[in-house]
Amino acid sequence: MAYSDKVIDHYNNPRNVGSFDKNDADVGTGIVGAPECGDVMKLQLRINPESRVIEDARFKTFGCGSAIASSSYVTELVKGKHIDEAMTIRNTVIVQELNLPPVKIHCSVLAEDAIKAAIGDWKKHHEGREPAAAEPRKAQEA
Amino acid sequence: MPKLPIYMDNHATTPVDKRVLEAMLPYFSEKFGNAASRNHSFGWEAEEAVDRARGQIAQLINAKSKEIIFTSGATESDNLAIKGVVEFYKEKGDHIVTCVTEHKAVLDSCRALERAGKATVTYLPVDKYGMVDPDAVRKAITDRTVLVTIMYANNEIGTIHPIAEIGRIARERGVVFHCDAVQAVGKIPVDVDRDHIDLLSISAHKIYGPKGVGALYVRSKGPRVRIAPQMDGGGHERGMRSGTLNVTGIVGLGKACEIAAAEMAEENRRLLDLRDKLQAGIFERLDEVFLNGHPTERLPGNLNLSFAYVEGESLLMGLHDIAVSSGSACTSATLEPSYVIRALGVSDELAHSSIRFGLGRFNTEEEVDFVTDRVAREVKRLRDMSPLYEMAREGIDLKSVQWKAE
Repeated sequence: MAYSDKVIDHYNNPRNVGSFDKNDADVGTGIVGAPECGDVMKLQLRINPESRVIEDARFKTFGCGSAIASSSYVTELVKGKHIDEAMTIRNTVIVQELNLPPVKIHCSVLAEDAIKAAIGDWKKHHEGREPAAAEPRKAQEA
Repeated sequence: MPKLPIYMDNHATTPVDKRVLEAMLPYFSEKFGNAASRNHSFGWEAEEAVDRARGQIAQLINAKSKEIIFTSGATESDNLAIKGVVEFYKEKGDHIVTCVTEHKAVLDSCRALERAGKATVTYLPVDKYGMVDPDAVRKAITDRTVLVTIMYANNEIGTIHPIAEIGRIARERGVVFHCDAVQAVGKIPVDVDRDHIDLLSISAHKIYGPKGVGALYVRSKGPRVRIAPQMDGGGHERGMRSGTLNVTGIVGLGKACEIAAAEMAEENRRLLDLRDKLQAGIFERLDEVFLNGHPTERLPGNLNLSFAYVEGESLLMGLHDIAVSSGSACTSATLEPSYVIRALGVSDELAHSSIRFGLGRFNTEEEVDFVTDRVAREVKRLRDMSPLYEMAREGIDLKSVQWKAE
């Protein structure tokens, strides 16, 4: 299968690989996919509790080159976005940016799901709570 | 530094050996005759070349020249053998015994017969090494069984089946035994008498011959085996396979068999050394690598490994200057993990992580060292990027996780 230059670039130089402390209150973690399907994406977003803006993102992905590229691209895409705006990101944006062929569209769907899952996780420990006072901790390198 | 890209996918196909090419060249334009032309020297010359090739092939598998039928390749040989036997022996019965890790040419021929209502098929399982139990073959044979078809060695995992024993069982029960020996002929000693084989499929391009030509061995005596032709025409190849003979290709197949017969023992020693070096080197540098296939009863050039927590296709992408395969070449366009690896009882996740290295005549030690290093580095890089590896490091049992699949 021929990969687009952008997929190859993200595969060779993935952006924002790594992990945040998943117990950090400002971090939302989304894990989507399943090993038996050949794709698992973990996307972590550090979200400012007051502005609700995504300040930083990390990913780890088990999957094909397109899955790695989709998640790498998504970490760049969401940074600086308000979570309400991030929730509206559709997989088609990823397909277009990376020139994914039809057989790889599921990778972009998974990446969209990962954003929603990560924001959902963050909301779970933030809805109805006061904004956290703690200083954001430094990202842990993998 | 070896010349890149490195070809290490010799189960998919092999380059034509220069000696084979030399033998073929005169038959394109100088000696272009039709082997079926009986009344001039052009035809005689072509027929002579075809007969010489028949002899070279027969010698490699301990058969007689006249028992070799030329085809367009092993897929045709498999189709002709399976459909030909079922059609010819339809008065006797309609049951086939085969196994789940056969090549698609065998499995889909069986399925086509099932769909058409012409046969019922028993698909035998394999053990964790990919081997069929001869006793299971014995038990599967019924009074309606007309054919047992089991491959000599598997194209993905290299496992060599106990063919002589399976052949003996089929012979005792008076059932025709077909063997797809594409990966075995020319690589390991194959003897149709010792192994009690009645029909045997051969391909040229897996043994440093050209693509588009193959052969089917059809036993003529003890017992004589009959097949119904699957193509109508001029009645070539004793009526079993019509169509003007591909003389150039046949000359190439013959020469490839002659070289294989002469050099097999030495080549095997060399390939085993290289394969073992590759295997040892990778296991030394990486943990959680699993061998797919039989540890010892395996083709000398084959190494099929699963790299836990790394997806096969992404690993192939990282090894872009090395030609290896994930799954088999025939199915690598699909996203499903290999049915052969799954049949071993390996988890789907590990099946997704499998890579096949196929060493061949032209691979060098320098290439093996380069591949070892590249694989180790790429697997480490991808594991650093793998959430599964991270979870496993944290002591999380991946099987206990409730995965949210799409």
